[in-house]
Amino acid sequence: MSRLHVDWTACDGRGLCAELLPELLAEDDWGYPVPKGDLTVPPALEPAARQAVDRCPALALRLTAVSAERAPASS
Amino acid sequence: MTSVVEAPPGSRVQLRLLAGTHDGRLDSHLAQHGRLPVLDAAQVIGLARDAGLTGRGGAGFPVWRKLSAVAAAGRPPVVIANGAEGEPASGKDRALLTYAPNLVLDGLQLAALGAQSAVLYVPAAAHRPLQTLIDARRRAGLDRVPVRLVAAPDAFVAGEETAAAAAVAGRGAVPADKLVRITESGPGGSPTLVQNVETLAHLAMIARYGPGWFRAAGTADEPGTFLATISGAVASPGVVEAGYGVALGDLISAAGGATSALSAVLVGGYHGGWVPAAAALPVSRAALTAYGASPGAGVIVALPRHACGLMETARIAGYLADQAAGQCGPCVNGLPRLASTLTDLAHRRARPGLPAEVDRLARLVTGRGACRHPDGTARLILSAMHAFEPDVAAHLAGRCLAAGASR
Repeated sequence: MSRLHVDWTACDGRGLCAELLPELLAEDDWGYPVPKGDLTVPPALEPAARQAVDRCPALALRLTAVSAERAPASS
Repeated sequence: MTSVVEAPPGSRVQLRLLAGTHDGRLDSHLAQHGRLPVLDAAQVIGLARDAGLTGRGGAGFPVWRKLSAVAAAGRPPVVIANGAEGEPASGKDRALLTYAPNLVLDGLQLAALGAQSAVLYVPAAAHRPLQTLIDARRRAGLDRVPVRLVAAPDAFVAGEETAAAAAVAGRGAVPADKLVRITESGPGGSPTLVQNVETLAHLAMIARYGPGWFRAAGTADEPGTFLATISGAVASPGVVEAGYGVALGDLISAAGGATSALSAVLVGGYHGGWVPAAAALPVSRAALTAYGASPGAGVIVALPRHACGLMETARIAGYLADQAAGQCGPCVNGLPRLASTLTDLAHRRARPGLPAEVDRLARLVTGRGACRHPDGTARLILSAMHAFEPDVAAHLAGRCLAAGASR
């Protein structure tokens, strides 16, 4: 399984990802993506997810392997 | 706000980091605590784990796990003592660096075993006395790893872990995306360890007095003491040290007691939550979770009954919106909208669905940033909507409960 990662510092809300992946992403009031869940990508949506990653104009999307644990975001 | 207040007799306030002469001098520090024992990195990790030491910068992450992650990277790390303290209501790091800077520098040496250099990241205003001390310690042969001072800008997010790492790498002090953990590879490519200065001071104490001693304070699940910065409607605002689980009333008493009847207390700072002004409420993660709050970095603000909690929260929300680093769309757009919506409610510019809109926006920004700035801001606002629920209803009807309260 993989998961979609949004680099919010790079995303500029062009909206392509939400169009390609309506199952996983909606858009907020300003056009930025809103995850509908934890962004785990079901196998059936992998091709669409890859397309979203490849076509993001801001290069703000990554597909990552799902790992058990993440370190905290702040000290 | 760097005064250290005296604990009244019988209170559960407990001085450790701030015990003794706390004049910041190296000779008094050595007279009081002696030199650090000689330890290797694995021993330091073991001590931190056995003590149950958690980060005192706000997130409360287990220190030993970060130390292990950096050690596992297998390359010389960049080690940063974080004293940026961008939180306006917090003064404990500044107090610690004034009164017991040697404990911080001791702890930095312990965390930096195996590092090429270590960094003390603090506001420029504090640099001169600290540089003098760093030089004196170097001359005395105390610090094997050289310590460099880096100026922390006066900005709320400058103390965020990746922002601190960026500043030390010579970039802007703004948070970074976290796809790659800085403990594996920081902004300069080296594994990077960022620990709050208070955390390091506790580590220096644990190295001398042991995990068992450390655990004698606090609770079984949340051991040790923490520094609290107490302000608002108290007689002697300042910094107090106490074990986790200390009663909120004991902290307020240690700060001279409330100067008027309190309606609520902000715990955990501007990213914290409003809790009832209940004297018996334990200040621990376990007890505060029910209110959406946590001890965080130990910020306690007492709100008097004649002040409006919604107005105060709207003021803080406006400040937090201004302090966004400007990188992430949901934060840049969402926080100002959230703050202005709450401000409308605070100023009784009522319109249908206003509380629901505050709630929607708070949930909308949560989890959608490189750092936890939107999450923390949303948490504070949601806690205010809950804690001041009767006042929300009054404001919608054009009244304010605080306005009628006596001083």
